[in-house]
Formats: sequence, structure tokens, C-alpha cells
Amino acid sequence: MTSRVNDFAFKIATANGTGSASANGLIMQAIFRMGVPVTGKNVFPSNIQGLPTWYEIRVNKHGYTARTPHFDLMLALNAATYAKDVAEVRSGGYLMFDSSWPLDEKLKRPDVTYLGVPLAEMCNATFKGVRERILMKNIAYAGVLAALIGMDTEVIAALTKEKYAAKKALLDSNEKAIALGYDYARANFPCPLPIHLEKMDATTDSILIDGNTAAALGAVYAGATVGAWYPITPATSVMEAFKGFCMKYRRDPDTKKKKFAILQAEDELAALGMVIGASWAGARAFTPTSGPGISLMNEFIGLAYYAEIPAVIVDVQRTGPSTGMPTRTQQGDLMLCAHASHGDTRHICLYPADPREAFEMAAKAFDLAERFQTPVFLVSDLDIGMNDWMVPKLAWDDSYRPDRGKVLSADDLEKARSFYRYLDVDGDGIPQRSLPGVHPKGAYFTRGSGHNKYGAYTEDGDEYQEVLDRIARKVQGATKAVPPPVMKPTPGATMGLVTVGGCHAACVEAMDLLAAEGIKVNYMRVRGFPFGDEVRQFLEQHEVNFIVEQNRDAQLRSLLMLETGVHVEKLESVRYYAGFPMSAHHVISGVKAKLEKAA
Amino acid sequence: MTYIAKPKVHHPSLKKNEIGLTRRDYEGAITTLCAGCGHDSITAAIIQAFWEMSIPPHKVAKMSGIGCSSKTPAYFLREAHGFNSVHGRMPAVATGANAANGDLIMIGVSGDGDSLSIGLGQLCHAIRRNVNMLYMLENNGVYGLTKGQFSASADPGSTAKKGEANTMQAIDSALLALTLGATFVARSFSGDKAQLVPIIQAGLAHRGFAFIDIISPCVTFNDHEGSTKSYAHTREHKVEVVQADFVPPADEITADYQAGTVKNVMLHDGSWVKFRKVADDYDPTNRDNAYAHIRDHQRKGEVVTGLLYLSGDSKDVHDQNDTVPGPLYNLPHDQLCPGNDALQKLQQQFR
Ligand SMILES: Cc1ncc(C[n+]2csc(CCOP(=O)(O)OP(=O)(O)O)c2C)c(N)n1
Ligand code: SF4
Repeated sequence: MTSRVNDFAFKIATANGTGSASANGLIMQAIFRMGVPVTGKNVFPSNIQGLPTWYEIRVNKHGYTARTPHFDLMLALNAATYAKDVAEVRSGGYLMFDSSWPLDEKLKRPDVTYLGVPLAEMCNATFKGVRERILMKNIAYAGVLAALIGMDTEVIAALTKEKYAAKKALLDSNEKAIALGYDYARANFPCPLPIHLEKMDATTDSILIDGNTAAALGAVYAGATVGAWYPITPATSVMEAFKGFCMKYRRDPDTKKKKFAILQAEDELAALGMVIGASWAGARAFTPTSGPGISLMNEFIGLAYYAEIPAVIVDVQRTGPSTGMPTRTQQGDLMLCAHASHGDTRHICLYPADPREAFEMAAKAFDLAERFQTPVFLVSDLDIGMNDWMVPKLAWDDSYRPDRGKVLSADDLEKARSFYRYLDVDGDGIPQRSLPGVHPKGAYFTRGSGHNKYGAYTEDGDEYQEVLDRIARKVQGATKAVPPPVMKPTPGATMGLVTVGGCHAACVEAMDLLAAEGIKVNYMRVRGFPFGDEVRQFLEQHEVNFIVEQNRDAQLRSLLMLETGVHVEKLESVRYYAGFPMSAHHVISGVKAKLEKAA
Repeated sequence: MTYIAKPKVHHPSLKKNEIGLTRRDYEGAITTLCAGCGHDSITAAIIQAFWEMSIPPHKVAKMSGIGCSSKTPAYFLREAHGFNSVHGRMPAVATGANAANGDLIMIGVSGDGDSLSIGLGQLCHAIRRNVNMLYMLENNGVYGLTKGQFSASADPGSTAKKGEANTMQAIDSALLALTLGATFVARSFSGDKAQLVPIIQAGLAHRGFAFIDIISPCVTFNDHEGSTKSYAHTREHKVEVVQADFVPPADEITADYQAGTVKNVMLHDGSWVKFRKVADDYDPTNRDNAYAHIRDHQRKGEVVTGLLYLSGDSKDVHDQNDTVPGPLYNLPHDQLCPGNDALQKLQQQFR
């Protein structure tokens, strides 16, 4: 293999529950600290213990972060998946295995170099406890890898010290295990391999963070005080992180009492009900969930829309329909979120592409929910939510003040001649609201049944329609408040490439590769729903637009068609929805297939 | 319906409470329920209870689900915020509102369909959480609003208007509440205002989930012979176990009852409940005893009423969560947002 410095990918195959996560994390972080751009993707089963699990690490000096299906090096440490793992190695690549046991000759490929390391044997000889032997095998493979790809031993040493500062015994075993692997590899293989690392300076202003942690931070910074939820993969860690941050930042310094409430509901119906109750009473409240949870929440989503109650819903999408594959990713809820619940509804949606946007948009979601008095969906996915991404450091503008929207204070109400909950006082479709307990004049009746603009019950068709039309105008008004699409023009391009959310990384890489072949596209990534006029203009401008997304039914394309009225022939669909994050080659092959068909 | 505004004309001689309000100030819109509906009598008891306690109406949040019973919040306390949520899901909305603003005085009104079928899970979990609210289940054994289907509280053997007999077991909400660890359980009858008013008052003063099951006959669909939730049947079969008097915090407890026949329980706000024994073997502070007593009478076809159980040790959601005193909803942003410096520091751990 020709030397490939800071541009390769490797994959670690282990079994779930053996403790490989900390070794994999150590590897990722060490590469990152060497200043080399890196991304890690966890491919894990919907099971707690025993089933195969993989960790994929891509090192790329140009900063490409999409998943790649080509692995230069495989750490095949799970006998159950040897055959599959051997098959995934790029021709000319390497495969490391535990040589404590003989490898089936049938699994040997002539175009792959096999590196046998007696991991179990070495660890059994060095460590005493059964659990320790298993755990340290992981750390030992990290040591092997460090030698093979030339990781900086000082960086690893420093990381280990930081991590186990308070646990001397663990520090000792970790250091010993790393040395075991490292020394063995150095003594037996030509280290480093042609695929290896060299220090760079490309990560100084970045962090490694997952989208769920980032979204939780956004909720903390926006001032959310009530979180209600029901556990579901892959959204669970949003609330876990929120709780962790609140325990750190949100306790009274003297009494240690909590300035937040986290309610673990009995199901998603209740979770959203709690959010609605809390928002109605004036708190910034949110619930994290995934597709099945949104399905259950539908009745309440309609109530919040029609009764005009703010609610922030973080949807970390996984594959559907039904239970689907809970630990795989997809963009299968785009339509569901945009039009959830019965009757005519339309909801503000925000589509982050990475954890940094998950942070910013989570905070923004609370402003929009309160300003427009309506549910707001942060539509994330498993890949963004649960994988570690390298993103520019987060920043917070301390001059930020929450946009609480038109909430009347006791003073406002005292002075007001009258207050009617659903009157369009300012002509922007957004009514004024009052909170319970504040002032007698603020009293009104919240209901999901027909009401007129004064907030009174009605079954009069005209009165009902007037309110419904105003709500439509109100939500349409949000087009200017949602984040604008990211656009990237390419000189000379006549075609468009359009996508949403986490497909961004694959699209960016694909565009460069397509351009190298002379296929030029203008790029647009939508970031908010309802779409603004610039989205329609972009689509109109091109004879053909490739709509790249991760679901079977081309949901983004449908939404674009419905909302912008752009002719269906202008919208070519490029989809990949097998449950893994999209790769550049999915985009490229999809685009090329469409072009060939047209030719 | 509720858009019919009730004329607000006060007679100058109307009696005022401590905060200068008359009973009329505690009323709401004119009822649209059937004339004679038990729910309306309960509304009257609620008005009386709040007025006597001099609670500022706008400090109250009136929560409900969907059903005839769930409409009633429109008919009392017009200066309070009301919330008709969705069918069976009022407890969650109330829980959220309580989390955001624990200072709200919260009353929830629900029906047996709302609470015991579609909303059974939510009711159970509100009890389990001990949300600080007064929860009134207006129990008529049928679905009123959808015109007369059996509800989950219909007794086996009782008949529908057209004669069809119910074959399934009934869910007894008071037993359910006791089983789930409710800290306040009562049962009353819409036709017995004298009993109901002090129970409502005690429920309001109780910190935690105060559950009242109220037999509330549906005159339109379930007031016939063969119904066990009719006026006639309830009047004949109801037995009071204790007479509970509510004594506001300011009033002194005087020993005007013979020792052994009266039991005083102090509530968190300093008010008292005085239990005067009617049944000799009844101890309203003993959960097991209360359970057994209700079951024994049930076997005899009797409906036990009164404040059936009261726990002297009740921790609501805020106590359990150890939240700061006062509402969360209006904490200043600078107390909630850690700021950019903290964010930069925090991010060291992501490098
Ligand atoms: C999801 C849903 N399903 C069904 C209904 C129809 N529905 C409205 S009220 C009601 C039953 C009400 O019965 P109950 O709670 O006992 O109140 P009552 O009218 O007897 O006072 C039903 C089934 C609904 N509103 N929502
Ligand atoms: S139908 Fe029954 S429950 Fe409904 S209002 Fe009439 S009497 Fe009351």
C-alpha cells in the first residue's frame, strides 16, 4: 500500500458490553489531540450485552466527516463476525486479530495483510481478575493501534492520566495494558504502517461532542426549567445530559436546591402533556423522544398547535416504521413532524446537521416556540445525536435574552382595557397570552375545542375558520425566523443538490468528488420548516435538483413539492435508507444514476 | 355553552369573605349540562368551598380532560385560568403546570370515563407522584358526553338505560387510590353538599394529591332503576364512616368532643381536619383499615363515604425533587444560563 498520511479509515469489531467504548474513545481523542481531523461512528446493536458492535474511525486531513465504507485497517476482535469483517477490508489493507486462537485459514484473503496479536494470552498473563482481563484487552488493542498508525505516545499517556487521575489502580493497569499492545506491535510489525498519523494543527478550535449532549446544553443555555420524557433510544442521552448539566449549573449555591424539574413520565403521551402544562404555566419546557414517541404524542401536538401553547420536542430520529431498527439512523420523520396530529396542522421544524447546530438550534427552538406559541421540533437523528463529531467550539452570546413572546405581565394586564387570548392585536397572527396565577384580568379558558378570537367556545363556522386561518398565517410568518438554508454556489453549475440534516457531510464530500469529474452542482441545505421563498427560488433556478435524503419515500422531496409548488420533474430523488449514516458514494452513485437515465 | 356570560350584578348586601369577595365572584359561566346533572351540584360545592376559604380566584388553575364532567371548570371561578386538555390526559398537563409553578392552587375535574379508562394510567401516575392538587372524579358510571355507554366504574349487574346488563367488574377508584399510596382519599355524593364542602376544603389544604371520588348521577343516561349510580340508589346505600370537619388555620381547635370519638389531623398549612367517628372501627389514618372497611361494605352493597384516608406524612413532587421554593417559570435568566465563560471551561472536557 502506498503511504497514506492522515487519510484513512479503520474499524474495530468487538462484542457489546465488553467495555470497548472507553478504548475507542481514547483512540478518537488521541488522534484529535494530535491535531488531525477525525470522526467516529458507533455501529451498535439494539441489545445490552453480547451482540457484535463496531466502531468506525475516519481520519481525514481535509476534514471530511462522512461515513466511509472502505476500511484500510480492521481490528477483528469478535470471532462471531470475522467473515464479515474480513470482507470489508480494502484490498491491500490490514487486518488485526487476536492470535491467542488460530484464525480459520478459509478466512484469509491474499490481498490483505494479517497482523496477529495474542491479546487474550498477554492480558491473562498480566492481569488477575476476570473482568480486568476482558477490559484490559481493549486497552491493549488501543496500544497495538497506537504503534500501527503512529499515535503520539505522550498524548496517550496524558489522556490516560487525566482520565484516571483519581483512580491510581486503574491508571496503573491502563498504562500497563497500553504498553503491552504497543510493545508487541513494535517488536513484530513494521510500525508505523503506510497508513499512519502525523501531527497537524487542524483541531485547535474544535471539540468532539455528540448531538444529544449538545442539544441538552442548548436547552440549559436557553433557560429550560422543565424537562419531561420517557426513555427511548436514541434520545435518552438528551435528558441524561440535561440532568447532568442542571446538577452542575442549576442548583442554589447555598441550599443545593434545584432550579429545574425533570419528570420521567409514564409514557410519551404524558411527557408531552407535562411539557404543555409547564409551558402553559410559563416555563420553558421540552421533551426529547424519537419516532415512536412522536406517534404517541400526536393528539397532544394538535392541542398545542390549536390552543397555541409553546412546546419544544427534540426528535432524535431512528429507523421506522414501527419499532424499526432502534439503533440505526434515518430521516424518516420529516413528514410526521411537519404535519403531526389530526386536522390541518403545520409545525415549525429545525434541522441541525451536526452537534454544533444541535446546540444552537435547541436554544433557538425555545425562542421560536414562545414567540409563535406553537410546538417546535428539533429534528435530529441517531447519527448526529449519538456519535462524536468534530465541530468548531460552541460559543454563547452573553447578551442573549430569551424571547418570551407576547406574555402579558400583571402590570400589562392591570393597564389593559381588555384581554382576549386569541385576538390578532398586532396583525402578525400572533396573539397575546397570559399566564395562570398572574392577574384576574388574564383569565381565559384553554381548550382544544372550537373557539373564537375572543377565546370563547364556538361551533360557528366563520368564527372557527377565522382562528384557524390566523394560526396558518402565524406559522407561515415563521419562515423568516427559522434559520435560512445554507447555500453554496458553484460557478458554472446548472444543477442543484439539495439536502437536509446529517446528510450534509456526505454531500459536501460528494460535491468535491463530482466536481473532479466535471459534474458541478449548486448546493442548498434546508435548515428550517416552513420553507422560505429562497428555497423555492433555488429549486426554480435549476432544470434539475437532486434531493438527497435518508428515507424510502422521499419525504423531503414531497415537502419541497408541496410547499414550494415547484414542478415534480425538477426534483430528482437520491436516497439511502439502510440505517447507516450516508456516505459520499451514496450521493455520487445516486446522482450519476439519474444523469445516466436522463442521457 | 360557556360563551354565555353570566350577568355580574351584585346585590350590595351579599355576604363577603375575608378578601372581600362574594360567592358570585366564585361562579363561572352558566352551565350547559342537563338540568339535574350531579356535576352541577358539585360545581356549587366547589364554589362554596373556595369562597369560604377566601382563595383569590386568579391564583387557581382549573384543569380537566374531556367529558360532561370536564366541562365544569367553565362553571366556577371565572377569574381562574381553565384548561380543557385532551381526553384522559389532564393529570400530565396538571403535573407540568405544577412543576412550572408550584404556587398555583390546582383543581382537576374529571369523569369516570376520563379517569378510569382512557386516562387510567395518568391518574395512577399522578397519585404515585403525589402531585399537589385537588382531583375530583365526577363518577356517574357512564359516558355522558358520548351518550350512555358503560364506563369502567359501572358495577357488575347494573343496567344501561335500555336494559343491557354490565358483565364486567367495576374499577373502584377509592380502592385504587388507596392501593397506589394516595395520601388523601375521599368519597362523597353530589347530593350531599354538607359532606362534600369540608372534604373539598381539606383537599385544597392538603399538600399532595387529594383524591375525591364523587358519585354524581347522570340524569339523562344513568338515573334509572338498575343503575347503582342513580340518585335513589346512592341515597339508599351510602354510609358515612366519619364526619370530617375542616377547620381553617386561624381557628383554634377546641375540645368540644369527647375524647375517643374525635380525631384531629393537622394539614401542612396549619389547618385541621376533625374526624368524628360514625363507624366505631374506622380509623381514617390507617390505610389497610380503610381498604378493608370499604371492601366489607361493598360486599353488603353499601357505598362508604367521607374522608376515607389521610396521611399525616405527604411529600409532593417539589418536596421529592428538592426544588427551590417559589415558581420555576419566572426565575431570572442569569440564574438559569451558565454563560459563555462556563461554556468555554466546560468544553475542555470535549477535547
Ligand atoms: C381520544 C378520544 N377518544 C374519544 C373521545 C370521545 N369522548 C368524549 S367524552 C368521552 C367520555 C366521557 O365520559 P366521562 O369521563 O365519564 O364523563 P361524563 O361525560 O360522564 O361526565 C368520550 C369517550 C375523545 N374526546 N377523545
Ligand atoms: S349527559 Fe349526564 S353527565 Fe352529561 S350533562 Fe347530562 S346528566 Fe350530566
